[in-house]
Amino acid sequence: MEDMVNVFLQGKKYVVPASLTIMGAMEYAGYQLVRGCGCRSGFCGACATIYRIKGDRELKVCLACQTKVEDEMYVATLPFFPLVKERYDMEEIRPTDQIMMRLYPEIYSCIGCNSCTKGCPQELDVMQYIACAQRGEYAECAEKSFDCVMCGICSSRCPAGISHPQVALLARRLTGKYLAPEAAHLKSRVAGIENGDFTGLVESLTQKPIEEVKELYNHRDIEE
Amino acid sequence: MFTPEMRASVKNVEATRESRMGAELRRMTAEEKEALLGQYHPDYKKDSFETLRVGPNKGDKAPAELVALLQGSSRIFREDVDLTRIDYDVDVLVIGGGGAGASAAIEADENGANVLVATKLRLGDANTMMAEGGIQCADKANDSPAIHYLDALGGGHYANKPELLKRLVLEGPGAVKWLNELGVMFDKEADGTMITTHGGGTSRKRMHAAADYSGAEIMRVLRDEVLNRDITVVDFTAAVELILDVDGRAAGAVLANMETGEYLVARAKTVIIATGGAGRLHYQGFPTSNHYGATADGLVLGYRAGARLLYADTLQYHPTGVAYPAQIFGALVTEKVRSLGAMLVNADGEAFMHPLETRDVSAASIIRECSTNGKGVATPEGSGVWLDTPMIELLHGAGAIEKRIPGMMRMYAKYDIDIRRWPILVYPTLHYQNGGLEIDANGRTPVENLFVAGEAVGGIHGRNRLMGNSLLDIIVFGRGAGKYASRQSKGIRTGELTLEHIHRFEKERRDAGVEDAVSSPLLLPTYTHRKA
Repeated sequence: MEDMVNVFLQGKKYVVPASLTIMGAMEYAGYQLVRGCGCRSGFCGACATIYRIKGDRELKVCLACQTKVEDEMYVATLPFFPLVKERYDMEEIRPTDQIMMRLYPEIYSCIGCNSCTKGCPQELDVMQYIACAQRGEYAECAEKSFDCVMCGICSSRCPAGISHPQVALLARRLTGKYLAPEAAHLKSRVAGIENGDFTGLVESLTQKPIEEVKELYNHRDIEE
Repeated sequence: MFTPEMRASVKNVEATRESRMGAELRRMTAEEKEALLGQYHPDYKKDSFETLRVGPNKGDKAPAELVALLQGSSRIFREDVDLTRIDYDVDVLVIGGGGAGASAAIEADENGANVLVATKLRLGDANTMMAEGGIQCADKANDSPAIHYLDALGGGHYANKPELLKRLVLEGPGAVKWLNELGVMFDKEADGTMITTHGGGTSRKRMHAAADYSGAEIMRVLRDEVLNRDITVVDFTAAVELILDVDGRAAGAVLANMETGEYLVARAKTVIIATGGAGRLHYQGFPTSNHYGATADGLVLGYRAGARLLYADTLQYHPTGVAYPAQIFGALVTEKVRSLGAMLVNADGEAFMHPLETRDVSAASIIRECSTNGKGVATPEGSGVWLDTPMIELLHGAGAIEKRIPGMMRMYAKYDIDIRRWPILVYPTLHYQNGGLEIDANGRTPVENLFVAGEAVGGIHGRNRLMGNSLLDIIVFGRGAGKYASRQSKGIRTGELTLEHIHRFEKERRDAGVEDAVSSPLLLPTYTHRKA
């Protein structure tokens, strides 16, 4: 007999196998998911979930696809959270101190409660990356926020109304575009291709008889 | 953590680790690979394929599950959809909100078109988000697009459509540059040199990555760019049929709100299908690494409207899906783990193959090890072989796993498995649809004004795709389709809208004697009450 546990999905009790994830338990119970389900692998942030174990004062957060059910678990899903997303033109903005002040000024209202960090299912130091953004340290903000899946749990808990994932995304784009060193070899290769330097070589391959191509492939040298 | 039997087997892996560290394993010959594939690769299991009896590919083989949907019954066959009541009227309709769809939307917008993106889940809910390992492009001094071409052609069993592959490799560096300029954070050395590694079947290190969040990083940047441009995105709204005009040209789609069931009419001068793959059809009962929405919808829509399929009978089983623990069964373990040096090892601790053979060969080899050779490790779901992750830090130093594959480390840590200390159990998982709708180099199908981009396309990768060529193709062909669809939309005067082709298809189906047709496209898989 399978080991079973009691879970309360949106407040209603179901008995489900203890081996299931929360997402698996919802499906086992009969929910045909439309919202709150995405990659099912912990990368997309669609299944942000809040839960409490009966008798426990602490409210916990997780991704439903990545977390096993527990006995007496009360589950509420957060299939959507209204983050603030500002529009900007990447060609116009620069990684200046002023850009955050202009687009996301609420980050300067952070009261340091650290609820965002406590809420992060990816265990990121959310408050710290916001502090980096405040100081204009976008590369650090990018690094610290890199594994963000943009589930929005942090923002749901923020008394200052900060949309942390959007702030971090802006910092990462600024970093990738302006702060990271330029790949000179990439730029010159693209110029070479545009100049037609490689077209002939590729075209000659498309023209060769298949047996000759097979020979080339089977005897090509492989970089160590 | 592991069962006692697994722990005992781990001892074997640990016992041989040191002797394996310096060893360069032999690669298989062309003949060995062919024999292995024929006997063990799922594509060669004849009884799981059926012959199409209806439509442009009548007489061709495809997986039974896909055939059922392609020959299925339209969801709106009996609905009274009023095509004169137009809800959206645009130049370019993009169906699908993954990497290809987003790239197409951005380029169509850049070229002055009025764009609508319709997606059945959210923008960015796609296989792109889950691509971990990286994106190929030949941008290093020792590499060239011609070498990239040869690698992909050999890996694809020489079946790749030359005009498509040529475009892929020649536009590869431009695609990566475009992403970089949008702000994608590629892994770089301090001087800006891209950090690149091998993938299975590559002869040069041309795998560019953003840790093991490569696809997620690309997707969230593309999504942000779509939103910055104020492109109209309608989410939780699936396309359930294409609409043609009286001249037989693509002219829009009937959309369905996934939550309310309401039907909406989108009229468009050009249409781009960018609906992705089909892993959630679970061919041959395999688990999948794919997104929840990967149900081949675009193939069904395009097929009914007259577009042809190419290589619908070839699927990619990623050699390293999670075999244990059960909660993440079938999830992807990125090929980058092997790029970084981890070997595939059987229950006795033997490295049974070179870790960087192409995916089809690697998958077949693991299946052989677990079946005929009897050297798999038993798991609750079946069996698996070891992927010796602790080798990575022995090769690259402490901290390498956290820096290069943090996603993998986190995924396993949730089940109390520290992949720095313990090897992990893997088995092939349904990963990619090599085949799909046939296009020309500009993304066009034989149906006028209908374009396809991304995983829904067949032919770019032949009969087996190399790692890192899919993230590349969604960008190259997504952008291409966006550009051409936008250009072509100028000057088009769409005729009266019609769904006549659906009725024609329905009649053809009945005439062919195809009974008990399922409703299609599928839209979402059903997992309720343990139905898989």
